[in-house]
Amino acid sequence: MMPIYITGLGNISPQKTWDNNLFLEDVSGVETNCLHSQDPNYKDYIPGDTIRRMSKIIKMGVAAGKICLADAGCAMPDAIITGTGLGCVEDTEKFLTNMIRNNEEFLTPTSFIQSTHNTVSAQIALLLKCHNYNFTYVHRGFSFESALLDSMIRIHSGDSVTVLLGGMDEMTANTFTILQRLGHYKMRPANNLNLLMDSSRGAIAGEGAAFFLLSGKQGEKNYAKIEGIDTIYKPDPARITSDISAFIQRNGKRKEDIDIVLLGLNGDPANDRIYSEVRNELFKETPQAWFKHLSGEYQTVSSFGLWLAAKILKNGTVPEPVLLEGSKPGNIRNILIYNHYRNLDHSLMLVSAL
Amino acid sequence: MPQRVYITGIGMISSIGNNIDSALKSLFEEKSGIGSITLLDTSLKDKYPLAEVKMSTEELLSSVGQTGKKNLTRTALLGMIASREAVKSANIDNINKFRTGLISATTVGGMDRSENFYREFLADPKKGHLIDIINHDCGDSTERIADFLGITGFMTTISTACSSSANAIMFGAQLIKAGFIDRVIAGGTDSVTKFTLNGFNTLMILDKNGCRPFDENRTGLTLGEGAAYVVLESEDVMKAENKRVLAELTGYGNANDAYHQTASSPEGTGAFLAMEKALNLSNLRAEDIDYVNVHGTGTQNNDLSEGVALQKIFGDKMPPFSSTKSYTGHTLGAAGAVEAVISVLSINNDILFPNLRFETPMKELNIKPFTNVMRGVEVRNILSNSFGFGGNNSTVIISKMN
Repeated sequence: MMPIYITGLGNISPQKTWDNNLFLEDVSGVETNCLHSQDPNYKDYIPGDTIRRMSKIIKMGVAAGKICLADAGCAMPDAIITGTGLGCVEDTEKFLTNMIRNNEEFLTPTSFIQSTHNTVSAQIALLLKCHNYNFTYVHRGFSFESALLDSMIRIHSGDSVTVLLGGMDEMTANTFTILQRLGHYKMRPANNLNLLMDSSRGAIAGEGAAFFLLSGKQGEKNYAKIEGIDTIYKPDPARITSDISAFIQRNGKRKEDIDIVLLGLNGDPANDRIYSEVRNELFKETPQAWFKHLSGEYQTVSSFGLWLAAKILKNGTVPEPVLLEGSKPGNIRNILIYNHYRNLDHSLMLVSAL
Repeated sequence: MPQRVYITGIGMISSIGNNIDSALKSLFEEKSGIGSITLLDTSLKDKYPLAEVKMSTEELLSSVGQTGKKNLTRTALLGMIASREAVKSANIDNINKFRTGLISATTVGGMDRSENFYREFLADPKKGHLIDIINHDCGDSTERIADFLGITGFMTTISTACSSSANAIMFGAQLIKAGFIDRVIAGGTDSVTKFTLNGFNTLMILDKNGCRPFDENRTGLTLGEGAAYVVLESEDVMKAENKRVLAELTGYGNANDAYHQTASSPEGTGAFLAMEKALNLSNLRAEDIDYVNVHGTGTQNNDLSEGVALQKIFGDKMPPFSSTKSYTGHTLGAAGAVEAVISVLSINNDILFPNLRFETPMKELNIKPFTNVMRGVEVRNILSNSFGFGGNNSTVIISKMN
């Protein structure tokens, strides 16, 4: 299979990740149950007259996309493919709220127009005047994964050489309250750096936008290669370890080749149980890392995981705050990312050094 | 050689019928599904018509054996009913015999229920029945459909506004050609909601009397609801199972207009590029197209932009064209699949379905749609357009099996 290179990154997250020269050097603990993004100066990336109308997800998405393109030195990607679990929630809520409060009268179109799920990829196309393939996937814990799969298929088939791939979600106050009532998020704040010590129900919420320039050819900068992606819907818990082993094997690797396994632990004991099994049964000897204490939990958070894997492979080192168990590996060649959303949508990504 | 992709099953529920047979009857009889609002509880009730599915949500629940349940949205229910028919029509007994995926499109997801939730929630954040919000996200309807059909393999959801389900079909074909999967149930589902009706109302693009696509005096679109799915199967599955093939998916293309978040460019750039890409992929020339099922929403902007692009593609040899949204209304996330299913019906019945309510040709164009059912025509290749907000333009080409 033709290798797929990550030749650019742009990541806006609850950490200061939008600066590609930094790599989680200044992580500090916070007491919270909802992490919000640390924002760059959006005016550096988005024209001032359009910025006013933009919701958080559009700002994060467009800016992260532009940071990524600049990082890769790419002016015009052959495709723009994004994933978002809940899409443009802020605009959706704004229109819905006005509609309910005003009894379907006196409404204005802006928030309706911007509420469609493909707004971010459309806005990037608009700013670049990019007429190429433009897709948006909106399937919970498979949103970003589907976008990645589509990107890989396009590069393999020769339809595209470069793809701007992104995953993003925003966390509004209402969404947080609703998901908290549904038990997805913790009722009380927890210290994110000691998240696994908190045994209360739910994760800490998060938000972010992570973009990747994928290419069938090596670029000026090359972070890593993407070897494989797979999604598993409602897996049989008894078979998850064999599913993971089969995935590693299918991609021409052995379990011993995995230098780091990056896990989607989120601090919700019910959610994390399956990771414990996988850690004990499959990866006892493998250094383990995690990331949701830094990003929070949301539907496209695996894009933060992929960003982390790409940075680790490029830098050749694991930042202290993400190390979960085992010692820091010396030579890091292969990283396996295993994540699941609500135990429904499980995904695997295999990323390698050049 | 990449696998060829065949359509071996179709299913649809819309305002013109709860299944394929009843839809075909309406299409033959030139009977539109657009009418006064009878189900949606909205203060715009007397202002605009809609193309509603003529079944209450309770009746839809009964149809899938879930009488009295409260955990399914109207969007999911419509999708379950149409996809069930598609699977049956493809004579599939064991859905997981081959690597089978589900790609479903939707624009509003469970908004029909979220509207109720937010009413109480906005007054008091501790209120609102959680069962009304738990199915809000787009992926929910897809997972409900997968569970209903017993699909355990690959699944995803696409939301690119009004081109969503054309894109679902396109991605399904790409997965089969890449050898990632053997067959896909691909299509889309959307229910009408106050959210979308009010949204289009603020844009002032709703026709008070039912849409008149490509008419000089058109004043906007009419919203509809429904779901439609096609079963796409690889050449290998088709041969192994000796399948009856309804049509072949020979071309598809997606391009971005990159002009405005909602308005289409006056030159129809994105529309032109999407059609050109689809023709190139299918190895067909413009003159090989026997019929175009246009996006044709009935808005001033779309029909002009699309018309200009059509004239650029087809020159002075424009094949017969019509917007079947004059029957079904604009079913948003389901529209591309609804029109793909209607195209398959045309190919299999040697019949083309007209553009209802058309009277006056547009003065900017030298083309006009046909207005009566055309029988006994040989339909080899159909080009179908679906365009959405965000400049998202898609074309699929469906061909008679040869």
